[in-house]
Amino acid sequence: MEATYKAPETLIDIPTHYCPGCGHGIVHRLIAEIIDEMDIRGKTIGLAPVGCAVLAYNYLDIDMCEAAHGRTPSVATGIKRVHPDKVVFSYQGDGDLAAIGMAEIIHTANRGENITVIYVNNAVYGMTNGQMAPTTLINQKTLTTPHGRNEENDGYPLPVCELLSVIEGSRFIARTSMTSPKNIIKTKQLLEKGFKTQIQEKGFSLIEILSPCPVYWRMSSVESLKFIDEEMAVTFPLGIFKDWDSQN
Amino acid sequence: MTLTEKNKKYLLTGNEACAEAAIQAGCRFYYGYPITPQNEILTHMTIRMPQVGGTSIQVESELAAINMVYGSAAAGARAMTSSSSPGISLKQEGISYLAGSELPCVIVNIQRGGPGLGDISPSQADYFQAVKGGGHGDYHTIVLAPSSVQEMADLVFDAFDLADCYRNPVMILADAQLGQMMEPVVFNKKYEPVLSKKDWALTGADGRERNIVKSFYSVKGELEEFNAKLQKKYRQIKAEEVRYEETNTEDADIVLVAYGTSARICKEFLNKNQSLNVKVGLIRPITLWPFPSDVIQKISERAQAILTVEMSAGQMVEDVRLSVSGRCPVHFYGRTGGGIPTPKEILKKISEIVSVKEKVTCTT
Repeated sequence: MEATYKAPETLIDIPTHYCPGCGHGIVHRLIAEIIDEMDIRGKTIGLAPVGCAVLAYNYLDIDMCEAAHGRTPSVATGIKRVHPDKVVFSYQGDGDLAAIGMAEIIHTANRGENITVIYVNNAVYGMTNGQMAPTTLINQKTLTTPHGRNEENDGYPLPVCELLSVIEGSRFIARTSMTSPKNIIKTKQLLEKGFKTQIQEKGFSLIEILSPCPVYWRMSSVESLKFIDEEMAVTFPLGIFKDWDSQN
Repeated sequence: MTLTEKNKKYLLTGNEACAEAAIQAGCRFYYGYPITPQNEILTHMTIRMPQVGGTSIQVESELAAINMVYGSAAAGARAMTSSSSPGISLKQEGISYLAGSELPCVIVNIQRGGPGLGDISPSQADYFQAVKGGGHGDYHTIVLAPSSVQEMADLVFDAFDLADCYRNPVMILADAQLGQMMEPVVFNKKYEPVLSKKDWALTGADGRERNIVKSFYSVKGELEEFNAKLQKKYRQIKAEEVRYEETNTEDADIVLVAYGTSARICKEFLNKNQSLNVKVGLIRPITLWPFPSDVIQKISERAQAILTVEMSAGQMVEDVRLSVSGRCPVHFYGRTGGGIPTPKEILKKISEIVSVKEKVTCTT
């Protein structure tokens, strides 16, 4: 049989540190595929966050930079201002982006910074053993919400795409998931659109990806995907929230 | 306002001199947040950076500023941020990351009174924070202490060269007085930046192995090895970069140790009290880290006593005591919260240390 798929060249072939059923590996692969297909490996600079994806630079064969927790968009800004001709993307989780780094993401979007943000939302702090995230659902059990997230004490799941879409500087804002081959293909298309938004100098783009964390959700992989489709995607509806293309 | 004419005297505030020097030293990326008493740096950068094709952003927070510096430094550019004491506290996380990732940059602290919101008057109470690391982990920033508006300019050129040379953050530690006062400045230094090859910088891995800028080490033993490398670099800086100025120390009975604004006041004291029966000299550290321990140690072997003068409750005096190591008595005189020592107060303190026979009236 003829091989119809091969691993992307930008993806480094080493054992993964991610847990079984985790979504980060798929997102890394999609980024690597897009970098190969767009032929931008030599001009792309990636930012790794603090959190599960801190070691993203172990997997992507491109120039990469670590950032302090939540400061990823600011570091990306500092790089992009020096190299406006390079493709700069920031890869962040929900704790990094929507809790400790909320000021940075809002103001980076507001400046219309010409970077692409890949925001992986798994509703939990995975790296530190599964505490409540800003995006943890109401009644969802975590290490620090043992009886489920209670809005009276813990507030509500924070809708990042909805917040960013009202900011003038945002150009492309979308939310997607990876619960089926169809959704993964859709996710890849949206990521491509994010990179194109930057390459065409349209400005700030962010793609939120609802991603499974079976280990800290205390679920099987299959249950996790069902949880995303039936519960997460209700609190965080999928779709395109802002698109510079459609504003023309 | 262009200030690039050689040999011409410009009347500038310390803040303006510092900002202009950064531009002339090749800094093209500046990120700042408004805080008194350093606002003239941000204002000057806002006007001048576009004229030289540079970038100046007024950012949303001190955290954003220091992390944009991190990004631009990682991308291979000369980058700077400035603030005053409370803002510098906020930047400490970023400074630790800069040191941990070995990124060159310049950070300016125009100190004001603390703790907390304190006040906006001159202070030297951030000495510990500046020279002992300031953030988490075992690291040092190189700390330069100007004591005139001319030095506010000159030391910025050196700061960028030292940062690049050692791949280390460099701090300019001044205060509200040095930032706000006006003095003539000449930008006639024939400046050729010491441009190190930044083959580690993030420029896109086109035709080369990829570069990674990071401070995280997850494999056991790697971080200890990296820290040993950092410490080796710090030993080299200590051996090669100590700077200080000596005035009348050769046969001095009492040696003053002071930096920045306090050193200016001590110099004024020396000028006004030349007919005392005790001989007084001055050591002015220009690098606060590395600290001029060796010269202070040598002087402590022959001096009767050392008097450290600071605008703090006693911070640099600890490093002076470590250098002296009991060889002679070390005294301290300090003012805090915007209080500035006067030559008269210094004379009084010296009179307490030794018997001053000939009374000389100090006017200040």
